[in-house]
Amino acid sequence: MQFLEKIKKSIFSLIILILLIISFFVFKFALQKEKIYTPKMTDNQIFTDFKVQFLIDEKQINFNKVLTGKNFYLINIWSSWCEPCKDESEYLLELKNNTPIMMIGINYKDKKKNALNFLKLYGDPFEQIFVDKQGLISINFGAYGVPETFLINNDNKVLKKYIGPLNDEDVYEIKKITKN
Amino acid sequence: MKSKKLLKIKILIIFILTCLSFKNSAISSSFSEEQTINITKNLRCLICQGQTIHESNSDFAESMKKYIKSELENGKTNDEVFSSLIEKYGQWIVYDPGISRNTLLLWALPLLLFLIGGAIIVKKIFRKI
Repeated sequence: MQFLEKIKKSIFSLIILILLIISFFVFKFALQKEKIYTPKMTDNQIFTDFKVQFLIDEKQINFNKVLTGKNFYLINIWSSWCEPCKDESEYLLELKNNTPIMMIGINYKDKKKNALNFLKLYGDPFEQIFVDKQGLISINFGAYGVPETFLINNDNKVLKKYIGPLNDEDVYEIKKITKN
Repeated sequence: MKSKKLLKIKILIIFILTCLSFKNSAISSSFSEEQTINITKNLRCLICQGQTIHESNSDFAESMKKYIKSELENGKTNDEVFSSLIEKYGQWIVYDPGISRNTLLLWALPLLLFLIGGAIIVKKIFRKI
């Protein structure tokens, strides 16, 4: 009997030890994991049925009318107060000049005067620019900051989404996708 | 006499109408306000993690509040707002994770622990008897 009791006790402490070791590893790996979350769309279709306003002549148009006639569209959310957008503009110009993509700019929470100044200074890579004064259009796209870029096809499907400024690799990738 | 009575009735009607108009506006605005707060309390602020959209004053959270208000004003229900946001931002944006392969352990573990604990208690009680 005493022998059985002893085994029981040692099994109990063994189980506790194993649980402690498991929880140690769970915490170790869970805490090491990158915590910055990038939102993933569950459905890659972009919502386009809403009104947008042009930056320059301030006319309104339904966004699904904008997305016609091309195979690829690049929607770039930018702002004049956004520092990384300045570095990004050369990549956008490169895409404008060397790909058949239609470039669409969404001017996020900005003043018209500053936005126009920005385009004068860093070049205007966009065919059409719309304003998003309240940030609601960006939410429609599933974006959460500036700069953010969406490559979509003629079915309004999001092929690629880039959070933060574009870089050489991204431009290469976009060129590769739009070539085929 | 008659004109005095008429005046009283007129004043009464105006008073009732004023009350009604105030009541209506108060109800409709507080209703949507409360609903917005209920939704934003259950949404994660993606750029200020650890906070809800309701608590946060970040640019993203402020736009999100406006967006939700406008969606509610367009006649969408709470569930429709949640599901459209999940479509755009993924399951992570809501504080109430749905049951999926990734969250199965999360949902099943408490139940499992409850059953094991219950079994231990029952066993002890029966052993005493």
